[in-house]
Amino acid sequence: MAANYSNLTFKGYRRDNGRVGVRNHVVILPVDDISNAACEAVANNIKGTLALPHAYGRLQFGADLDLHFRTMIGTGANPNVAACIVIGIEPGWTKKIVDGIAETGKPVAGFSIEQNGDLKTIMDASRKAKEFVHYATELQREDCAVGELWVSTKCGESDTTTGLGSCPTVGNMYDKLLPEGIYGCFGETSEITGAEHICKQRAASPEVGERWYAMWKAYQDDVIFAHQTDDLSESQPTKGNIEGGLTTIEEKALGNLEKIGRTSKFIDILEPAEAPRSGKGLYFMDSSSAAAECVTLMAAGGYVVHTFPTGQGNVIGNPIVPVIKITANPRTVRTMGEHVDLDVSGILRREMTIDDAGDALIDMIVRTASGRSTAAEALGHREFVMTKLYRSA
Amino acid sequence: MTIPHLLVHDRKDNVGVVVVEGLTAGTRMLAAVTEDDSSFEIEAGNDVPIGHKVALRDIADGDTAIKYGEDIGRFVADVARGEHVHVHNLKTKRW
Repeated sequence: MAANYSNLTFKGYRRDNGRVGVRNHVVILPVDDISNAACEAVANNIKGTLALPHAYGRLQFGADLDLHFRTMIGTGANPNVAACIVIGIEPGWTKKIVDGIAETGKPVAGFSIEQNGDLKTIMDASRKAKEFVHYATELQREDCAVGELWVSTKCGESDTTTGLGSCPTVGNMYDKLLPEGIYGCFGETSEITGAEHICKQRAASPEVGERWYAMWKAYQDDVIFAHQTDDLSESQPTKGNIEGGLTTIEEKALGNLEKIGRTSKFIDILEPAEAPRSGKGLYFMDSSSAAAECVTLMAAGGYVVHTFPTGQGNVIGNPIVPVIKITANPRTVRTMGEHVDLDVSGILRREMTIDDAGDALIDMIVRTASGRSTAAEALGHREFVMTKLYRSA
Repeated sequence: MTIPHLLVHDRKDNVGVVVVEGLTAGTRMLAAVTEDDSSFEIEAGNDVPIGHKVALRDIADGDTAIKYGEDIGRFVADVARGEHVHVHNLKTKRW
């Protein structure tokens, strides 16, 4: 079809800071692991709220602590969140996260447990959460231009069909929608290994390319070479990748990079969970390839829809961002169809072009952004996984 | 259009990907090259699962595997045209 992508609209929630959300969650956010129980109790009391329990937030320091705060604040600030309750063991770090989220203009309130106990904290936070639910449920979706979307991507349980079908489908979508003004994001630093010479060339300028290469090299030296005990076979590529026919990291990387299409260039590099600051366009986020960690970081960066190509069938979701699964593997469609939002296996049969598949993905993004539940949402996949850089103090 | 058994990314590649289920040794495979829509035939040397690779020509131990027109690793065994290529005969050069 000769689509005019400029005229595409979706029904989204326009937020006070000008961003547009595609979901309308009231989140109950723990500052630390020991506040999970209080958050889950509040979410149990007040229907229509969502607790995000996680494993960390104590005794972290340095860059690892910065990442913790960036992830917490970015999650609460994401436009898919209408309002947010923050609960921590003590008031200081709780307030820091509340203040960061409050910069968006959305309703946010913090509660701390010391000198109150779980029960009083849960009661006070539940009353405020109920107010937030009334507020959020009166917000209305309105027409928004497709160019107002922030769309991230990361693939998982890849196989050779990923590089042939589902990743080029995402790439075709980016080639069509980045010119309309969307923000894009890809990452998975270790998984570019073998295609780094190509990725470097896809930077919008030589300066960005050099910064990207230094970041990629640091991941090789500081993470892979510093800790490897073998050739990483069964870790990267994963056991599932190998089952699906991928043999080496080079092969996996070349398929992965198909996600940025033919013409798209990335304009800047993001730290994990960092929000873009260089305007509309495509970004690379320094991130692990572990699916739940990577999607959590991109959501904290402000992305509101995630496109997820899979070969063997990764079942991941995210609590605040809809994760759209795309596969070209007909066996995965047959055996795990309930996890698949978009079947592009016609590409392998030569019945569907990459251009057709890209248009089908754009249609699915618009429908999802307007409210259609993804397979992962319907199946209750809410993997919220913090990235930790090193051991706590 | 006939459905291919094998897809090849680039004319320079020396491996292709099986894209049908239940492929058995001896099958006369139709291979399509996605880069330019050209096609050729090649006989499968083994039963090969969907998603796994076969060699497109006779390969010697130590040769470089080419896919997407790029280096994807080093062969560690001789492989005959049409035979299964995977972790038993191909290794990364990187880690």
